Amino acid sequence: MTNLIIWPVLIPLLTGILLLFAPKRVVFQRGLSTVSAAVLLVVNIFIVFTVQQQGIQTLQLGGWQPPFGIVLVTDMLAALLITAAAVVSLPILVFSIYSIGKERERFYFYAFYQFLIAGVMGAFITGDIFNLFVFFEVMLISSYILIVHGGTKKQLRESFKYVLVNVISSAFFVVGVAYLYAVTGTLNMAQLSERIGSLDTGAPILSVIAVLFLIVFGLKGALFPLYFWLPASYAAPPSPIAAIFGALLTKVGIYSIFRTYSMIFTHDTAFTHQLLGILAALTMIIGVIGAVAHQDVKKILVYNVIVAVGFVLFGVSTMTETGYMGAIFYLFHDIIIKGALFLMIGAMITVAGSTHLKEMGGLIKYHPRLGWMFFTAVMALVGVPPLSGFIGKLMLVQGGAEAGQYWIIAVMMASSLLVLYSMIRIFLKGFYGKIKLEKADQYGTTKGLLLPCAFLLTVSVLIGVGAEAVYPLAATAAETLYEPQIYIDAVLKE
Amino acid sequence: MEIVMSIIAGVLFMGGTYLVLSKNMIRIIIGTAIISHGAHVLLLTMAGLKSGAPPLLGLKASTYTDPLPQALILTAIVISFGVTSFFLVLGYRTYKETGTDNTEKMRGTDSYD
Repeated sequence: MTNLIIWPVLIPLLTGILLLFAPKRVVFQRGLSTVSAAVLLVVNIFIVFTVQQQGIQTLQLGGWQPPFGIVLVTDMLAALLITAAAVVSLPILVFSIYSIGKERERFYFYAFYQFLIAGVMGAFITGDIFNLFVFFEVMLISSYILIVHGGTKKQLRESFKYVLVNVISSAFFVVGVAYLYAVTGTLNMAQLSERIGSLDTGAPILSVIAVLFLIVFGLKGALFPLYFWLPASYAAPPSPIAAIFGALLTKVGIYSIFRTYSMIFTHDTAFTHQLLGILAALTMIIGVIGAVAHQDVKKILVYNVIVAVGFVLFGVSTMTETGYMGAIFYLFHDIIIKGALFLMIGAMITVAGSTHLKEMGGLIKYHPRLGWMFFTAVMALVGVPPLSGFIGKLMLVQGGAEAGQYWIIAVMMASSLLVLYSMIRIFLKGFYGKIKLEKADQYGTTKGLLLPCAFLLTVSVLIGVGAEAVYPLAATAAETLYEPQIYIDAVLKE
Repeated sequence: MEIVMSIIAGVLFMGGTYLVLSKNMIRIIIGTAIISHGAHVLLLTMAGLKSGAPPLLGLKASTYTDPLPQALILTAIVISFGVTSFFLVLGYRTYKETGTDNTEKMRGTDSYD
């Protein structure tokens, strides 16, 4: 089973191709997509155990020795993230079966959903910087289509901006690859790490390239000051699509910064990582300002996506093993909890028929399960022990303290408090308060919508309660990042 | 030669940036296409423009040019072609739907629809 690690990419890709053949057969589309997502989840969990037992898994495509061919590398970080992506993709798929509507389903919605997952999986496991670019494009082109799918006026308007920003950041990615190739003469990440380690430490061009890559991935991952496109874009599409975007797309950008800044650009950390830390702090501040300012539930949640970017990248900027571990833990937790929250908000909007807090109220009377699930999810997001957000944030604080970044820790704590305020406001105004709509007047039912939310929330609670079980996995992942030599040896072994 | 090509790439980026910052949708799309050109030219230049035979083994030359960037550019070209064609159709649909090709006028209020 040496080909094990390519299956996360192949399963969604082959499913997507099969789905192209019978677009009008909705039942077939739904069935095949769901089965494929479930199989993917099982395979990914199996990969996590394999990596835990046998170390980093590599696959040389076409049998070419690295660095000459493309190599897929699944270390523990990649294995955890593809698992998180698979965990979140299955319930969102089930949610879209109940809520996306027949019209959209007939026009290749599930096929593009699968291609999006294939792109995300590929971006997580590739070991080659240009291949990363290609998988980014696979993911982005699918996301362009999903964001405009249905073609309402609002979607068209926001898609135009979204596509424009991403086309430009992709062009910058190509430029970054060109510079990197000119300096090092290689594209393989392990060899890049090795060669940059052996170059002059005083090579300022490398810092320039590092910042260029930070701009590229910051545009994809909504880092301050490159987050401007995200709030409007993510509020435009229907709830399940917004959920998959909020859970996965920005995370791929964050993961790329994680990978490059922990393995490749470690030559002048005083400059690059300090810059990253400052930007992470500003991202948190901007995110909470937006989250507190808005009255629109989708917008509040979208700004919370931006806050999470700041948290994870702060962990990367500390350059300590604890900080890395916290960032990994928080990233894993955030993929799942953001998916859950977007779905719950989607269910709320379905019932209330509006996204505005002014027009909601008293939902808890008729939807108690949704209400209390939402409350639990908010607590998990903020990091109330024993739920899943707590451990990640605790380690981030520890890592920050080890690196002496006390003021960023202060910003982080204040941000957490304001995140709590912004989300609890949805609970108090939307679920409590005066009842705006009687049962008969509500715009839809939550039939079938609650199960996916419950599934994700259960996973999130299990991560929090069973932190003992997840801890060794995160420790393995952090160790690989802290000691890039492990990764290099695994890839470039004779 | 690399200097000249770098200047050309810079001019392409400059023109593309100027067009992207304009208000007309079609100009913006053309601007992104020009920026892609600049990126491809830069990719070719950065790998070095040493004189050598085209990378065809049948030529039995003593030195060849670097084949890797050519493969990268070929990949980047088809990707940007696909994205540009999608972008043009998206612009057309947006024009049909909103009745304007001026991005300033497309601004909806943040009212919740």
